[in-house]
Amino acid sequence: MTEQIGSTAILARGLCRYFGTRVAVHDINLELRRGEVLGFLGPNGAGKTTIMRMLTGNLAPSAGRVEICGIDLLLKPRDAKARVGYLPEIPPLYRELTVNEYLRLAARLHRVESRIIRSALAKITQRCGLSNNREQLIGSLSKGYQQRVGIAQAIIHDPDVIVLDEPTAGLDPNQMREMRSLIRELGADRSVILSTHILSEVESVCDRVQIMHEGRTVFDDSIGRLKQKGTSLEESFVRLTMNQATV
Amino acid sequence: MILAVAQKELKILFSSPLAWLILALVQLVLTWVFLAHLDTFLEIQPQLIKIANPPGVTETIVAPLFATAAIVLLMTTPLLTARLIAEERRNHTLPFLVSAPISIAEIVIGKFLGLMIFLSALIALVAALSLSLLAGGRLDFGLLLSNIAGLFLISACFVSLGLYISCLSAQPATAGAGAMGALLGLWVMDTVAADEDGAGIARNFSLLAHYESFNRGMIDTFGLAYFALFTLIFLMLSVRRLDNERMRG
Ligand SMILES: Nc1ncnc2c1ncn2[C@@H]1O[C@H](COP(=O)(O)OP(=O)(O)O)[C@@H](O)[C@H]1O
Ligand SMILES: [Mg+2]
Repeated sequence: MTEQIGSTAILARGLCRYFGTRVAVHDINLELRRGEVLGFLGPNGAGKTTIMRMLTGNLAPSAGRVEICGIDLLLKPRDAKARVGYLPEIPPLYRELTVNEYLRLAARLHRVESRIIRSALAKITQRCGLSNNREQLIGSLSKGYQQRVGIAQAIIHDPDVIVLDEPTAGLDPNQMREMRSLIRELGADRSVILSTHILSEVESVCDRVQIMHEGRTVFDDSIGRLKQKGTSLEESFVRLTMNQATV
Repeated sequence: MILAVAQKELKILFSSPLAWLILALVQLVLTWVFLAHLDTFLEIQPQLIKIANPPGVTETIVAPLFATAAIVLLMTTPLLTARLIAEERRNHTLPFLVSAPISIAEIVIGKFLGLMIFLSALIALVAALSLSLLAGGRLDFGLLLSNIAGLFLISACFVSLGLYISCLSAQPATAGAGAMGALLGLWVMDTVAADEDGAGIARNFSLLAHYESFNRGMIDTFGLAYFALFTLIFLMLSVRRLDNERMRG
C-alpha cells in the first residue's frame, strides 16, 4: 500500500486555469514517479509557469486537482507543500541577507528540525557549490551563484518533489553543465519537473518530455522511446507547436 | 514559523539605514520635546506649589510627551510598513513564503509582529525618558502605564493599516504614500470632529480620540475593544487580499 502511494510523487488531473476569459492552461494531466525527471517544453506563453505555480500552491487552479505523494494540495496545503521544493522563474532571493541567513530561514519555514539545521546547511552549501560564499550577501553574488542559492532553498528540506522553472536560463555554458549534473543527481532519488527552452537539455537530463502549446499537452513520451523510434525532438517540437498555431 | 518571519523582517529592516535613521530621529525629537516640557515645568513649579492639589510631573511632562510620541509614530510607521508586502512583490520574493508550508495568516502575523517588536523598542525609549524623572521626584505609575498601553495599541493600529495598504501595491513608495495619506486623513478627521459640538459619533470612531483617554489615564473597555478591532480588521483584510491573489493570479 505504502509502496503504491510512494511510487507516485506528483499527480495532477484535469488541471485548468483561466485568467478572465483567457485560457492559460487547459485540462492537463500529469503523473510522475519517484526518481523520474520530467521536462516541460513549449514556446513562450504555453502555460509552463502557470502549471508550475499551480503544482506548488502559488496559484489556485480553476478546475482539477493536484496530489503530492498522495496528499491533496488543495485540502491539505501544509502537508503537501512540506514535500515540495520550488524554484520560480525569477529566483525569490532577499538581497539583504547572507547566503547562510537566507538558507537558514528557508529551512525554518520548511520545518526542518532545529537540531539538524546546521548540518543541513553545511550539506546543501557543499552540494550547490556555495561553501565559500556562506557569509556573503546574496545581492553581491553573480547571476550563476544566485541561481545556486535559488536551487539550494528549493532542496534544503529534502523534498520528494522538486519544481524548477527554467533553472538554466541566463547561465554561461559551464554553469549550465554544473546545473544539469546537479539536476541529474537530484533526479536519482526524487521527482523533478523542469521547464526549459533548450531541447538538448531535455535529452540529456530528462526521462520524459511533455510539450505544451497554448495551454494543452501536445506531446508526452519518454526520452528512451523517442530515441528508440529515432524521432528528433526538435522536429516534433516545431511540427507540433507550429501546426497548431496555423490551424 | 511566525517567529521566523518576524525575525526575517527585523533582519532586513536593520540591514537598511532607514531603521537606524528613524530610531535616531524619533529619539532626538522626543528628547527635545521632553526637555522643553521639563523646562516649562521647572519654570512654573514655584506657582504650582501654591495650588492645593498640584499636578505632578506625570501630568505635566509625561502625558504631553506621549501625546507627541503618538503623532511622531503616526508619521513614521508608514515609512516602515510600506515595504512589508510591496517590496516582496516588487522583488518577486512572495513565492518563497507562499511555497513554504505556512499559511498566509502566519505570514501576515509574522510581518506585523516583526514591526511591532521594532516599535516596542521605540516605545521603550519613550518610557525610559519618562522614568528618568524618577531621579528628581515621584511618578504616577498608573498614568505612565496607561500611556504606554495606549501608545502600544495605537501603533498596532498604524501598523495593521499600513500593512494592508502595502498589500494593495507593488511599489513601496506608493504604499508608503497611501498609508501616510490614510493616517493623516484620520488625524484631520479627528481635529475636525473635535471642533464641532456634539460630534460624538465621529469621536467614537477616531483613533486619536481614544488615545486621548489613555493619555489621561482612563483605560475604558470601549477604547481597548476599538483598538483591538481596528488592528484585527486590517490584519484580516490583508490575509484576504493575499489569499485572493492566489485565485486571481
Ligand atoms: N497573472 C496573469 N494574468 C493574466 N494572464 C496571465 C497571468 N499569468 C500568465 N498569464 C497568461 O497565461 C499564459 C501562459 O503563461 P505562462 O504560464 O507564463 O507561459 P510559459 O511559462 O510557458 O512561458 C500566457 O498567455 C500569459 O499571458
Ligand atoms: Mg515561464
